[in-house]
Amino acid sequence: MNWQVNTAFNPSHVATDHLDLLEAEALFILREVIAECRNPVLLFSGGKDSAVLLHLAYKAFHPERIGCALLHIDTGHNYDEVIAYRDRMAERYDCQLHVRSVEDSIRKGSVRLRHALESRNPYQSVTLMEAIAEFGFDACLGGARRDEEKARAKERIVSVRDEFGQWEPKHQRPELWSLYNTRVALGDHLRVFPISNWTELDVWQYIQREDVELPALYFAHPRQVVRRGDILVPVTHLTPAQAGDTVETISCRFRTVGDISCTAPVASTASNVADIITETAQCLLTERGATRLDDRASDAAMEQRKKEGYF
Amino acid sequence: MNIANHSTVNTPANRTPAHAPSGLLRFITAGSVDDGKSTLIGRLLYDTGNVAADQLAAIQATSQKRGLATIDWSLLTDGLIAEREQGITIDVAYRYFSTERRKFIIGDTPGHEQYTRNMVTAASSADLAILLVDARKGITTQTRRHAYLTHLLGIGELVLTVNKMDLVDWDPAVFQAIVNEFSAFVGQLGRHHVQAIPISALTGANVATCAESIHWYCGPSLLHYLETVPARRDADHAPLRLPVQRVARIMLGNGAGGISDNEFRCYQGTLASGRLQLGDEVTVLPSGLRARVSRLSIADRALPMARADQSVVVSLDKEIDISRGDMLADPINPPRVVKTINADICWLAEQPLQTRGKYLVKHTTRTVNALFEELSYRLDVNTLAQQAAPDTAAMNDILRVKLKLQQPLLVDAYADNRTTGSFILIDPVSLQTVAAGVII
Repeated sequence: MNWQVNTAFNPSHVATDHLDLLEAEALFILREVIAECRNPVLLFSGGKDSAVLLHLAYKAFHPERIGCALLHIDTGHNYDEVIAYRDRMAERYDCQLHVRSVEDSIRKGSVRLRHALESRNPYQSVTLMEAIAEFGFDACLGGARRDEEKARAKERIVSVRDEFGQWEPKHQRPELWSLYNTRVALGDHLRVFPISNWTELDVWQYIQREDVELPALYFAHPRQVVRRGDILVPVTHLTPAQAGDTVETISCRFRTVGDISCTAPVASTASNVADIITETAQCLLTERGATRLDDRASDAAMEQRKKEGYF
Repeated sequence: MNIANHSTVNTPANRTPAHAPSGLLRFITAGSVDDGKSTLIGRLLYDTGNVAADQLAAIQATSQKRGLATIDWSLLTDGLIAEREQGITIDVAYRYFSTERRKFIIGDTPGHEQYTRNMVTAASSADLAILLVDARKGITTQTRRHAYLTHLLGIGELVLTVNKMDLVDWDPAVFQAIVNEFSAFVGQLGRHHVQAIPISALTGANVATCAESIHWYCGPSLLHYLETVPARRDADHAPLRLPVQRVARIMLGNGAGGISDNEFRCYQGTLASGRLQLGDEVTVLPSGLRARVSRLSIADRALPMARADQSVVVSLDKEIDISRGDMLADPINPPRVVKTINADICWLAEQPLQTRGKYLVKHTTRTVNALFEELSYRLDVNTLAQQAAPDTAAMNDILRVKLKLQQPLLVDAYADNRTTGSFILIDPVSLQTVAAGVII
């Protein structure tokens, strides 16, 4: 068996008129949730997918300003630029921003770490469920996409979670036409993914077309890294260089922005959106494969975490 | 024998496309469990350069670990743990790939009978269906069921894809017999355009490239057909249907940046069909009052004209009481305003239909209470025979029913409009989506 990656196709030549259809679909989904749910909230991490979602929410509500609050589950291990960007966006769109932190869950004892430097990413689900209960949210709007991972490819656009945040893949509601069933029993809530049908390339093309502002980490910048296999691990206070590591300073950018302990940059010189689109179109590694340290644990890692209430 | 000249087989050359191909095509793949759907999708993704290096490495390693002689492409799409344990696809998985001509959204649907509801789900939004048949087995009960369902759900384009042709030595008689049997079946449904393509998903023959060695077939490869077939975008030319999704009321300073504090109301929604221009007169239903469009935009961008599928904001020149669930419609060709509907429904839930139970109908942006007035017949999708007056429905049953509604709905026949002709039934107790319906 010797299969090579097929590079016959150059997606940067794809026309962009499909963005109009993807945008219209997302606006429709957002408006259904806003109209039918009692207390929806938009999950805003400062990552590019949630930045696109926030921009779409602005368009869905317009001429009203965004009428739902933003929620950020802060692991306490975020880059400062991302936190500053998050606050700036909440102010620009005049949105109420709730921040709940994994640190508080640790203090309360609902999150127990195995060791102090353990990645806090998996524990966001605990803090999220606590925030949902605290505010009584009945729908959480999120920027997850089906192309990110195999388990996500099977998630509905409007997905019911029970009070433990559990996703039951075998008992999903059928979702037909654009008729979304947003009814939930007391204590259950919805996770809604308006950009389910977008790919990473669609997201970047849309960011370019709509001039969506992003944190600077998404663009090429010099950074100290250590190479571990084919992954670049950024040198930070949480992921320090180990004895024997060779620290290099390279030009790199992040393709996803999450918890410092589990998000890795890729080598890149793309300093603007157009360059990133060219790179994305040519890139032969999937987004999560290249940059997420947490999905590598096992082939079924994402499904397992979703069942446990992860976004 | 030249199969492509068969009367029911259409090549792109003998069909003049009514519209330029759209940039987005949604299609489904359906077939029995072992027909090789996942392999076909893996092959389409790989041959178009849409499989990334890490994905390829992962499935190559797993294939090797299992001692397989070649790559098991189904590993690319069979995502859930339970599926990998059982080696079958149990839910709809959505896949995305692009060529330089088009972006494609694939709904990969399972073949198992108990998961037919997922097939119906994926079919509801598809422009085209690939029906996969194993050349050695021919047309099966499941093929007929799927062909009927794609017909019921109004999918315009059907591609009969006869797979595993390498295992029957590319025998044209085998292909022809399958095409004949299938044509006879779909002919009963009134469908006369079927594209039939002989392929081998495993070797890739006729999938992304034409198999030069097969002299008896001179039609397109599957990919070429998918890239060039017109997507269903004729909704532009149908009469205007704009279900009101939300009423935005500007007051007390709740406007977005740049919006004045003057109080006004406008209506948000997605055009199900038709076009809308500034100055157009519309009928507001169910009230029947008329007004003209005074402002039209997508969010903050003003539009001179809106088309089908666009999500817009509309202002009218008169103060009319309009709520979510009302509709702005073409005054000359309005939808029917009805309090009973005749429909074909597919029962999706494990709990059987309760003939005396109250259900909710969600139709466009309007949800109303409904009761079953009549279960006219159950359809045997294998024989198309009608069984009169059933007393209930179980999962996967297709029934002709009459529903009585507490409030009126604004409907068209599904054959004329997939948005204003479709609905779901919600059980008000379990809150589950229990049925999908298309209006006659």
